[in-house]
Amino acid sequence: MDMCMELLKVFLTGGIICSIGQILIDKTKLTPARILVIFVTMGVILTFLGIYAPIVEFGKAGATVPISGFGYALGKGVMEAVDEMGFLGIFVGGIKSCAAGIAAAIIFGFLASLFAKPTSK
Amino acid sequence: MNSNVNMTNEEYSSYVDTKAKNSPIVKNIIWAFLVGGLICTIGQLITNLFMYLGCSKDDSTMICTISLIFIGAFLTAINVYAKIGQHAGAGSIVPITGFSNSIVAPAIEFKTEGYVLGIGANMFKIAGPVLVYGTTASVIIGFIYWLITMFI
Repeated sequence: MDMCMELLKVFLTGGIICSIGQILIDKTKLTPARILVIFVTMGVILTFLGIYAPIVEFGKAGATVPISGFGYALGKGVMEAVDEMGFLGIFVGGIKSCAAGIAAAIIFGFLASLFAKPTSK
Repeated sequence: MNSNVNMTNEEYSSYVDTKAKNSPIVKNIIWAFLVGGLICTIGQLITNLFMYLGCSKDDSTMICTISLIFIGAFLTAINVYAKIGQHAGAGSIVPITGFSNSIVAPAIEFKTEGYVLGIGANMFKIAGPVLVYGTTASVIIGFIYWLITMFI
């Protein structure tokens, strides 16, 4: 029962974040690339302001799986690194916390491009 | 609004606009909500599975990210992700699978232009800006946070 409640919260949080993206696309004619940039930047800023962590607490994967969660990882990572390393943490923390995701996307993208054929248009 | 034969062209075009635009927006939002929510729920299930298998919370979250990126890449390679995207809109763009799609799709598309300037250069066409602004934002808040920890 706990698990169902948890998944419902995840579903709602993720659904709402994606709906906000859809509203922006439909109402403002922003391109998907701009939406992604806005979401990741907002994720970083909201994390810094302490607003995103409670959303992650409530919605778990519903808040970390959307690209704003990527911003959350960047923001959380940089603040933790500054706590640990001081000034150098500013440069290390963000990307370090996203390294797995970036490396995975690069290697799977590269492999996919080797095996998949471009679709003819 | 009533449809009446004496409408001017302008009235008619605004009438068409209201009919044509409003319902797809609601439909688009519902699709984005359902597909986006579902992808996140799958992510939570993957995380829970690995926590159940004894991984730490942070490791499980990382495995979840890598798994979803793999799923996004795979569905892009077999040409299914684009079909999901036609209905799902932001529901398939905003989750991390969409980030994966934005890297994998141009990698496949520009394969014909070679490995370095085709695949290598085009992979980050959309993901590049995301990393540029994400990293820039993180360095800026990192700097502000460092100032705060220094002086307070």
